[in-house]
Formats: sequence, structure tokens, C-alpha cells
Amino acid sequence: MKVHTYERAFMILGGVLLVLCMAALVYATVALGIHLPGRAGEIEPAKVFTTPPFDNPGVHQTGPNQYDVVIIGQAWRFHPSEIRVPVGAELNFIATTFDVIHGFHIEGTRVNMMLIPGQISRLTYRFREPGEYLIICHEYCGAGHHNMYGKIIVE
Amino acid sequence: MAEHIVASTPVVADPTPFTLPETQRRVLRWTLYVGYAALTAGIFHGLAQALSYAGIDILGYFPALRSYYQGLTAHGVANAIIFTFSFANAFLPLMVARALSRRLDDRLLWASFGTLVLGNLLVIYAVVTNKASVLYTSYAPLQAHWTYYVGLVFVVISTWLALLNMLLTWRGWKRENPGVRMPLLAHISIVSYVMWFLASLPIAVEFLFFLIPWSFGWVERTDPLLTRTLFWFTGHAIVYAWLLPAYVSWYALVPRQAGGKVISDSLTRLVFILFLLLSIPTGFHHQYTDPGIHEGFKFVHAILTFGVFFPSLITAFSVMASLEMGGRAHGGRGLLGWIPKLPWGDPSLSAQLLAMITFVFGGITGLINASFTMNQVIHNTTWVPGHFHMTVGSAVAMTFMGVAYWMVPYLTGRKLWGRKVALASNWIYTIGVLIFARGMASAGLEGMPRRTFLVQAPYMDPDWLVGRILTGVGGTLMFVGIALFFVVIVMTIWKGKAGEAPKDIPWSETLIEPAKNGWATRLDRIGFWVIVAIILIVIAYGPFFLSYLPPNYVSPGFRIY
Repeated sequence: MKVHTYERAFMILGGVLLVLCMAALVYATVALGIHLPGRAGEIEPAKVFTTPPFDNPGVHQTGPNQYDVVIIGQAWRFHPSEIRVPVGAELNFIATTFDVIHGFHIEGTRVNMMLIPGQISRLTYRFREPGEYLIICHEYCGAGHHNMYGKIIVE
Repeated sequence: MAEHIVASTPVVADPTPFTLPETQRRVLRWTLYVGYAALTAGIFHGLAQALSYAGIDILGYFPALRSYYQGLTAHGVANAIIFTFSFANAFLPLMVARALSRRLDDRLLWASFGTLVLGNLLVIYAVVTNKASVLYTSYAPLQAHWTYYVGLVFVVISTWLALLNMLLTWRGWKRENPGVRMPLLAHISIVSYVMWFLASLPIAVEFLFFLIPWSFGWVERTDPLLTRTLFWFTGHAIVYAWLLPAYVSWYALVPRQAGGKVISDSLTRLVFILFLLLSIPTGFHHQYTDPGIHEGFKFVHAILTFGVFFPSLITAFSVMASLEMGGRAHGGRGLLGWIPKLPWGDPSLSAQLLAMITFVFGGITGLINASFTMNQVIHNTTWVPGHFHMTVGSAVAMTFMGVAYWMVPYLTGRKLWGRKVALASNWIYTIGVLIFARGMASAGLEGMPRRTFLVQAPYMDPDWLVGRILTGVGGTLMFVGIALFFVVIVMTIWKGKAGEAPKDIPWSETLIEPAKNGWATRLDRIGFWVIVAIILIVIAYGPFFLSYLPPNYVSPGFRIY
């Protein structure tokens, strides 16, 4: 196949650029430890409020400077809707939903998970700055979706 | 053109003059009108959404509307699904018929139009009566009335019938022209819808085996993660099904309109085959933040998503080179002097040139979405609609509008009404979408949520303010742009001067002609490439389904809208 020299050069350059982008992704995952939620267990949605750890939503210390943050989404609120955590601590967010799909996003951070009926979502994060952050349900979950939010106070 | 007539391999299209019979033109015309009507119907709530982000609530002026989310469902379905597929159902078969100088099959043409209309009626009923305010993504366990799901199935069936029509036309042509390579325009048009057919199978499984029986009450529960995964199995490739008809125009028609040529026949075919291979096994990049899917599977899809960017990079160069040829043929000199010399006064070309410029930003923001480390910051924020209004909302939508400026006259036999109004529409829409997307993207980086009736939300972040204002201003301009487009089309159909319309489609010649032998001729073996595509899909999705199935039927339906 005949390809114009400039076009060939452009294709090689473009290909190299894409490979570099992928390399950056590998670096971010392996070296910086930025992970996505994965397969973290299943749960019966109707029994969420009586199944551990969701029978006791909130912040629980699990080790020195280490906490589980257990959250349930329900149309149209989070349980609990206000959370207090220490700055710099390792926070293991463990979340699920009682009814429909919800979103869980702490604005300005990469704490961004879907809450899907039947599945448990997990993500680890440390806050570097104290302050008050909005928690927003960012997936449409019915007529009152825009009323579903919470607050996380890092101190 | 004489040398092409004697060539045994037609270049882009069969150069013999050919006109479709009026009966077939009428069906294609009405298919197109369904799409443009859907586009116009959808933008009213588009305006309401943009203004809601800006803090202005105009929903009170929509008396028939029960909720913001009912309108948002209508906006998504009408503008992203009905508009795009109605256009493609008319445009692609016309391209194949013209490329092969061969009429289409009448019964299939009517069947495709009939199923499209039937699907529309069912969906309109469900959405208007607020029985389907589940948004176009239809995420279970939010449950819609069965008419909504069945209506969408009919819309998909109409696209399958359009493909079947193209394939039969091609087969008939092949029998009469043994050993002749298929013209480029027919090849890329058929490959576009073959890709879509393959891509549409998972959503067909989702609707036929999960959502429809569940909405009828035949089964009580469904699996939210599995249905969502099937949706995105189709759902990323669907954006390429919207984009590829625009690429058909950019590759095969725009060069002619600009005064240039298609740069390379083989490279163009290769690009479309790459889209056939790579568009589908990328769906997990819409589910990076989902639980229940192993991180490794998501990573494989991330790599393939970067791969599907490659044919778009080639397109950027090839189409730009065609335009440069055109600009220089019009007397443009120097490094960039050819750009102002392009025929910007042709509304059909100007719409598509502006679409390409906007698409550069759409592509770059898309790479950020694909990079999962960054995706975690922007997932489900307004960044995402900021991105896709620069892809489907302009690269695709403006190309489809630009094509209308020659295609509606071509099909009706009437001259385009209001060339200057059309030009104004192009510019107003482009400026609008760039302002809008800038607003949505910047506020999205600060966490402003998409799909949210923000004007009535009890929370607000002052950092979003500038982005919100830009969203409102840009969205209003976009509304004005499309409204002007609608006026131009209606006036063309109604008042356009009869008899002064283009007699042929603006197909281009090629600079580097089709290969007569060698591996490039194998790009025509579409069946073979479909098998390769299936193998890639199995590699990308097989491990997930093997480790996940059987379905986890946990959720009853919720109708809380």
C-alpha cells in the first residue's frame, strides 16, 4: 500500500504518542498505586441494612491511622449523610446500595464509585488537606436524585 | 473523468450518471425528516438543561412535562438515538446505491422506514406519559414501561433492515461485476453499518432477554451489573456508529466540496476496517468506577480504547490533506494560506469544517476519559457531556446538518433555501458548543454532577459559577443554531425553488487509486474482518462473562420517577 511520506511519519508519531500515554497509565497504576474499584464481593440488596458491615454504617477505626468508612446509598440519601475523618488517615470506603444504582463522588478527589445493587464497591484514599467536601450522588436515581448528597469533614 | 469510466475498478463511486427512482427517494427523504424532527424536538429540553445549570429554571414553561428527568430522557433518546440512526438509515443506503449505480430493494426500504416509525411511536408514548423516565442508558433496576424497550428494539431492527438492504444491493452488483473491486464509497458505508450490527447484538440481548421480560412482569428480578455491562458492550461502539457516517462524508464527499481528492483509497478502507475491529471491545472504559469488574479487565479495554484512537488520528491527517489540496486548488499559498481559501461560503462544507475543528477538542477530552486514573476525577461529572457535545453533539450533529444542505435538495429536487441563514446557523452553533463545552468541562473538573436538576439541588459549590454561566450562554446559542437549521430545512422543503437542485451526490476522486492486487484488496473481504472482530471481542469480554455468569438476579423494578 502506497502511503505518503508525511502521512507515514504522522502515523508513526501518533502511534508513539499513544504508546507513551499507555505507559503513563501503567506507571500511575503500578508505581503510584492509583487503583480502580474491582470485584469486592456481592450482597443481597434487600438485606443490606442487616448484613455486616452495612448493618453499622459510619466510620470505624481498624488500625493505627486506618479506618473503614461504611456507606449505604438509598433513594434519595446516603447513610450516614455526614462523615468526619482525620486528615492523612488511610480510609477504606466500603459502599453499596439498597435500591437503584447511585453514584458516590467526593468532589475534587478521585473517590468516585458507582453503587450497583448486588455489588460492594471499595476504594482506598487519604485526604491530604483538611476541609469540608461535598459527597454527590452523580448517577440519576429517580425523581429526587438532585436531593441526594452528603458531606465529609476532614479534620 | 473519462479515464475512470474505462477503468475496470471504479474509483469512489460508479461514474455513470445515476438517479434513484422517485419512489425510493421519497422513502429516504422521510427517513431523514424523522431524524431532523427528532433533533429539533430534543433541543428544547437541551436548552432547559443548560439553563438549569446556569441557575435558571424554565421547566414551568413546559406544561406537559412531569419532571426534569423526563425531559432529559427525551433529549437523550431523540438527539442521540433517533436523530443519528434515522440519518444513517437514509444516508448510508443512498451512498451504497449511488456508489454502485444500483437501486435499492423497495420492500426492505419500506420495512426499515416502517419499523423506525413504529419504534418512534412506542417510545414517544412511553416518554410523553412519563412511563419511561429512565434516561437513554436505561439502567436497571429503574424500570420503564415495556413500550419504551420494545420501541427501541424496533428502532434497532430498522437499522438492521437498512444494512440488509445495502448487503443485497452489493450482492446483486457483485454478480454483475465479477472481479471488480467494490467502489470505496460502498465499502466504507457498508463497513460502518456492519460494525454497528455486530455492536448492537449485546444490547439486543439485554433488551430481549432481560429488560423486556422483566418490564412485562414475566420475571420478577434482574441483574443491574450484567444489564449495565451489556449496555456498554454496545454503548461505546454506538458512538462510532454515529461517527462513521460522518467519516464517510468527510472522506468521500467533503474533498469534492472543498475542491480536493480522497488521498488514498487503501488507507481509507483500512481506517474503516480498524473501526470494525476496535470499536466494540472497549466498553469497560465507561465502567472504570463500577464494582464487580476486575481491574485487569478494565485495563485491557483501556489499551484497546487507545487503539481505536489510532484510525481517528489517520483520519485527521487524511481529511486535512484533502482539504489542503482543495484550498491550494482555490489559490491558497503558504503554510496556512489554503485555509481561508476553502469555499467557506458553502454551508454544507462550512458545517463540516467547523465540525472537524470542534472534534479536535472532542478527541482530546476523550483520551482523558479513557485514561482511567484521570477518569476517576471526571466520571459522571459535567465534564463528560462537555466532551460528548464536542463529538456526537458537533462532529456528528453538524456533519449531519451539513449533509442535509445538499441531501435535502438532492432528494426533493428543490434548491436550498436561505444559504446565509444556514451559514449563520453553523457559526452560531459552533461558537455555542465551544462555550458550552468549556463551561461543562471546567465545572466538571470541580465535581459538578451531570444528569442533575442542579437549579433545585440543595447543594452548590461556588467554584462552579463560571462554568455554569458558560454552560447557560453556550447552550442558548446552540439552541438558536439548531432552530435556524430547522427553519432552513422546512423552508427548503416548502418554498425551495423546484428544479435547481444538485443532480448528483458530491463524490470525490482519489489521489492514490485503489490497489489492483496485493494485501490491500483483502480489505474488501468484510466477512473475514467480522470474524477477526469477533475474536477480539471474545478476548476482551470473554474472561468477564466466564467469571461472572450466571446472572445475579437481585433487583425488582423501581419506578420512582
